[in-house]
Amino acid sequence: MTAAGYRMRDWEAHPPLLFPDYKSTVLRAPTKPLVPLKHTLSELTGPVYGHERVGPLDADLTKNGAKNGEPLGERIVVTGRVLDEDGRPVRNTLVEVWQANAAGRYIHKVDQHLAPLDPNFFGGGRCVTDDDGRYRFYTIKPGAYPWGNHHNAWRPNHIHFSLLGPSIATRLVTQMYFPGDPLLDLDPIYLSSPAGARERLISDFSIDVTEPGFALGYIFDIVLRGRYETPMETPK
Amino acid sequence: MTMKQTPSQTVGPYFAYGLTAEQYGYPFTAIAGGKVADELCTGDRIHVTGRVFDGNGDPIDDAMIEIWQADSEGRYLHPEDGRSSNSVFTGYGRYGTGTDPQNRFLFETVKPGSVDGVQAPHINVILFMRGQLSHLYTRIYFSDEVEANAKDPVLDTVPEARRETLVARREDMPIGVVYHFDIHMQGEKETVFFDL
Ligand SMILES: [Fe+2]
Repeated sequence: MTAAGYRMRDWEAHPPLLFPDYKSTVLRAPTKPLVPLKHTLSELTGPVYGHERVGPLDADLTKNGAKNGEPLGERIVVTGRVLDEDGRPVRNTLVEVWQANAAGRYIHKVDQHLAPLDPNFFGGGRCVTDDDGRYRFYTIKPGAYPWGNHHNAWRPNHIHFSLLGPSIATRLVTQMYFPGDPLLDLDPIYLSSPAGARERLISDFSIDVTEPGFALGYIFDIVLRGRYETPMETPK
Repeated sequence: MTMKQTPSQTVGPYFAYGLTAEQYGYPFTAIAGGKVADELCTGDRIHVTGRVFDGNGDPIDDAMIEIWQADSEGRYLHPEDGRSSNSVFTGYGRYGTGTDPQNRFLFETVKPGSVDGVQAPHINVILFMRGQLSHLYTRIYFSDEVEANAKDPVLDTVPEARRETLVARREDMPIGVVYHFDIHMQGEKETVFFDL
């Protein structure tokens, strides 16, 4: 006997592997069905990273890439709670983010978009959730950027998120969007997640999180896979 | 159950400076890289390398491979296992396929022991790439563990003709023991991916 496994991935929430409107999936999606794997110790465990791995400026993207001044753009606070499906906080888990600058340009070497780099903005950060499962970043609102998927394709403003959670089964990489963005309904990546679920990727503007005279506030809660209550058999 | 899972979205083409910054030469630290075990770790030192191929058979240069494995005693550094946390071996690695000229991923680690005393030695793999909307899981088994592999309960659930795609080929090279593990997204040699 081993401890209870994690609930399955909810394919009514996650995008399918093949989604032809997002062209690169066509040659990269497996054609054969996934093979179900009953959780063993290998799936019940996963990398654990705590506060000791996070530097003091890692959660402040307005400062961690600054060379000679402040980054350009609209300063924002992004915060939220990481929860499991039972609404319990996922504590002490690593949240990593990366994003474009205010002009829609990534510092990544292969980003050829003709928009300026900002010498004071790097665009990567991380933090660890607290006892309520809460994380918090200061950053700059990322710009939209064009991409080659189809004619006149633009990605909506977004921040990339990567979460570990307590086991490899709870691993999640996703993107956070902003409310009211007209590009959302034209974006095959956003639209790849089923209607009724993809709306959970849009953050909420919050005047309570907004800091007077300093930064607009956005709330983005993230729900990772929860755990079954009953212990299950180790596969024999 | 009261909350619904947050949907996955692709890691995209620009993950490198956020998730694998040191490997790609960006001025930011990374929580994990290709070197999973250092000289202080006990066990048989091994290299694990391979490429990720798309449906045309072309190597993918913007994939990220994560590995999670037990130590040489088959223990995970995790509260669920109970391995002593003073071990220097974390068991976690990350590597992007964009820096090697041949688009290989390259891990230096130790060979994991049998997990649970039941499963054959294996490395758990999580795969991300541009053009992939939800991450994929697979496992690396070892070609020199024929007996253990034959008794492995997970391999047993995989159609026999496809088991080969999960077994890394051992080669003894001047740098040491190297296991080759290519991942094929499609085609005749399409790798087995798990729903877990
Ligand atoms: Fe992006």
